[in-house]
Order: sequence, then structure tokens, then C-alpha cells
Amino acid sequence: MTPPDETSPNRTEVVEQQDAASAAAPQATVGAPEVPTRPGEDARAGGHTISVDDLDAYYGEVHAIKGVSIDYAANDVTAMIGPSGCGKSTVLRCLNRMHEEITGAYATGTVKLDDTDIYGSSIDVVAVRRSIGMVFQKPNPFPTMSVADNVSAGLRLAGVKGKHKDEVVEKSLRDAGLWEEVKDRLSEPGVGLSGGQQQRLCIARTIAIQPDIILMDEPCSALDPIATLKIEELIHELKRQYTIIIVTHNMQQAARVADRTAFFWLGELIELGPTEKIFTKPDNQRTEDYVSGKFG
Amino acid sequence: MTTVPLKPVSGRRRRTDHIMRGLIWAGAIVALIPLVLVIYYILKKGLGVISGSLFTTDPTGATFGTDISVLGGIKSAILGTLEMIALATLISVPIGIAIAVWLVEYGRGTKPASVIRYLIDVMTGVPSVVFGLFIYVTLVESQVGGSGFAGWKGAIAISLLMLPIVARSAEVVLLLVPDSLRESALALGAPRWRVIFRVVLPTAAPGLLTGSLLAVARGAGETAPLLFTVQATLVSSGDLTQRMNSLPVQIFNDIQSPNSTIVDRAWGAALTLVALVLIITLIARFIASRSRLQT
Repeated sequence: MTPPDETSPNRTEVVEQQDAASAAAPQATVGAPEVPTRPGEDARAGGHTISVDDLDAYYGEVHAIKGVSIDYAANDVTAMIGPSGCGKSTVLRCLNRMHEEITGAYATGTVKLDDTDIYGSSIDVVAVRRSIGMVFQKPNPFPTMSVADNVSAGLRLAGVKGKHKDEVVEKSLRDAGLWEEVKDRLSEPGVGLSGGQQQRLCIARTIAIQPDIILMDEPCSALDPIATLKIEELIHELKRQYTIIIVTHNMQQAARVADRTAFFWLGELIELGPTEKIFTKPDNQRTEDYVSGKFG
Repeated sequence: MTTVPLKPVSGRRRRTDHIMRGLIWAGAIVALIPLVLVIYYILKKGLGVISGSLFTTDPTGATFGTDISVLGGIKSAILGTLEMIALATLISVPIGIAIAVWLVEYGRGTKPASVIRYLIDVMTGVPSVVFGLFIYVTLVESQVGGSGFAGWKGAIAISLLMLPIVARSAEVVLLLVPDSLRESALALGAPRWRVIFRVVLPTAAPGLLTGSLLAVARGAGETAPLLFTVQATLVSSGDLTQRMNSLPVQIFNDIQSPNSTIVDRAWGAALTLVALVLIITLIARFIASRSRLQT
């Protein structure tokens, strides 16, 4: 597959492929026929941005992230790639202040969601995480909750009184492309689903709280290729409504899903650019060595 | 290319294997012997005593006589044990789980946490008679609450005994809850207390229940703390502010009697105590399985 560029023809191409796939295999309910394509209907005019300025992150004494400054554009998919231990996941976890949940870990610098510094002294960290949702590496539905309860868990955990809970559950599952597969099993345990379904359940759980941004930390690394494909298709759908930042070990995946790609190395941002440029003619030699497989 | 010749297992290795397997079996059987014997004797000596009047009458205090209708049954002892254990559980389980939640969710890796954990371990090893003496000195001698010996004081002594068992087992169970669940709940914008109440505790619930039941079973059979704090009485009062009878204390008293019928009554009480703990455990497990999702 060719690396996509950041303009719309690419998306049409993907949608066509999707249609072709579901025509060839009608039983593969990816959710494509059910989720109506509504161009622009839900797109938030001027979605949300994150801009990071001079971010340093530490694990105790270890200086993991060194002076990273990066802007994530609205309604873009930005991929963060780099060898293991380069700090890409740490940067991601700094974006919704999950980094500081690790004992001894802290971060300095500014991270602005639109115009608000989420590290500001008056900012409630709980509110930050409600605005910036996160999908983890391993699918982790709550084991004591049913499929439906897993989706609405975010609302209940956030203390939102459930009035339209059923509608939220259905809409979130539809948006996550999972509704058709689980609509008859809503009261069964969430952990009874397959790995790929569980991960889409976790995505549904995340979008149920209507965040501005979705962070994904290697969301497909525990999944098989088919499930991975579904998640990637989902990412294409979701970027109409959300700004998405994804950490991935898989460079092909970055090439497939991302509008822009950032290369990290030893805790520093080496290069950020349109995905096609990063993979074909990067400015930096280390980026080129990495994407061409010379190291990492 | 050389190949490793496939030889049959040597006789020496085979013999060693047989001997070792034999030793492991022998060890398991030796460990089972006391357990089986205890159950056997309780059933053998206790079953014959079980009758309707054993459960429905209070001990009369008579020392002569060869019939339960003259000597009385163990009703007051059963009721007293149930009441005191219920109160002790109400005290020790919430506090014990709260300690464990603090140790795991807030104090993890900190100095105060390791100090508290050490103190709990020490408390586990304190002989139960010491808790009885402690309550005797602090609550009984000073006539707190108007009277000396009282059921609630015995319940507190038992709860002190149960507390470290509950706390330690709950801590182990809470540590088993994967951090990824805590993280995903936090990432959904949940305050920490809600993560604990909605995710961590429900996930750990079956284990917390098991630990608490262990403590209940342990507490139900304790005699020493009750001797100093509740004393014993014959009638079933149901009043926790008064002296109460209890199964362990009645067994303790009855077994010393020269009257063989009273000694038999002790066996009946012992069987009742074992059955009581078993029934409590089964009921709790049943409730837990009904209230949880099928997994």
C-alpha cells in the first residue's frame, strides 16, 4: 500500500478499498454499511489541537524526554514512531497527564489543549483526561462489567448521571464499528469478546465520554492482522471527529493511517512531517536510517 | 551430522522418580491425617448428641443428669456466637479492607506503608489471649459502658484478631488487580476514589470475600478472648451489653465436666460450630455468585 498523503483523495481510496472488501466478503461486518458516510456532518469545524512546548519528562532520576516541542494538528492522525525506549509512549502519556501516575515520574514544560495549558496549576487532572481520551496497548475492558456497561463506564466513572445511557452506548459502539457484532450481547461480559473486539470496545468506551483528542498507545500490537485492519479503518473514520495521536512500532501502520509522522530517538523529537515525506525523503539522516531499516 | 542416541530412561533415574513421587504422596497423606481425624471424631461424637432440644434450649446449669432435657442445650451459645461474630465482622472487615486499600492504592512503595505492613504482620502473630487481656484491661476492668463483661467487648477482642487477617489477605488480592485497569479508568477521567469503588474493589470482590470468610472462621472458634471479656452465662439474652454465652466458651466449660453427657454436649457444640462456619461460607459464596456477572 502506498503511503497516504494528507489530502482527501487518499481517504476516498481507502473507502473504496473498504467497500470492495465488504462486497467481497459480506459476512465481514466491519460496520462499513451500517455506519452511514456522512461527510462533514459530524466533523467539528476547527477540531482541537495540542501543542507541546519544551516538554521534559522524568522517571525519578532518568531524564526520558528532552525538550520536545511538537504541534498536533486538528483532525489529523499523527503517528509517533521510533525504536523501543525512544520516549514516544512517554510523550503520549504526558499529553493526558497519565505519565505522573507512575511513582516518581514527573514532567515539565507546557502542553496546550487548544489554548489551555493542561499542566497549569488551576487545572483539574480529571478534566484533562476527560478531554483527552486514551486507548492502551492491551485491550483492557473492565472484567466485572458487561459490554454495555464497559461503554458507559467512562460516564459513570466520571460521575455523569445517566439519562441517555442506552443511546450513548449504541452511538459509541456504532462509531467504533462494533455495534453489529455485539448488539445481541450487550449484557454479556466485555472480556468475553475477541481481542480485536475488546480493543474496539475500549475505543467505544473512550469515545463515549466525547473527548476532544484520542491518544492511542500501540493499539494494534496485541492484535492479529485482520483485527488490526479493522482498527486502522476505524481510525480513518474517527479522524473526522477527533484529533488522533497514535504511537506505533509498526512503520507500515504509520504509513497507512497517519497524515503526519513524528520520529523520536533517545527522548528527542528528530523530525516531524507529512507521512509520505518522512518515509520517502526525510530531512534527517537518522530518520532515513530508521525508516529504511538500518537500525531500530 | 551426529545424532543424539535415544536411550531408554536409566534404571537409576526411574528409581529416583518413584521414590520422590512416593515421598510427596506420603507427605500429602501425613498432612491430611489430622484433618480427617478431627472431622471424623467431631462427626462420630457429635452426631449422636444432635437433637431438636439441643438447639432450642439454653443450658440449665445443672451438673447432674444424663439427659439434655435436664442439662439444657446450646441455644444461647449459638446465638451469642452469631451475634458477636456479626459485630466483629462489621468492625474488622471494613477497617481491614480500608487498610489494604490505603496500602495498595495510596501508600504503595512508601515508608509508612512498609511500617504498617510490618505491624499487621506482628499483629497476626499475637496470641489471641493477649487481645482478650488487652480488652480486659482497657474495657472490662474500667467498666466501660456500665458493666464489666459484655458481648460487644468480646466482639471487639475478636475483631482485633480478625483485622490483620482481613487486611493482609485483602492487600494480596488488591495487588492482583492489574494496573492496566486502574490506568484505563483514570484515563477515562475518573477520580481515584471512583476508580477504587467502581473498578478495583468490584474486580477484587471474590478474593476479598474469601479473605474475610477466613477471618470469620478463625474468629468464630476463638475461646481465649471471650473468657476475659464476655465471660459466660446460661440464658440467651441477645443483649450485646450483657454477658453472653458462646460456642467456644461452652465447649471449653463443658469438656471439663465430670458428667459424660455434658462432655457429649461439648462435642455437639463443636459439630455445630464447624457446621455454622461452613454454612456462613456457603451462604456468602452463593450471594457473591448471584450478584456478579458470569465470567
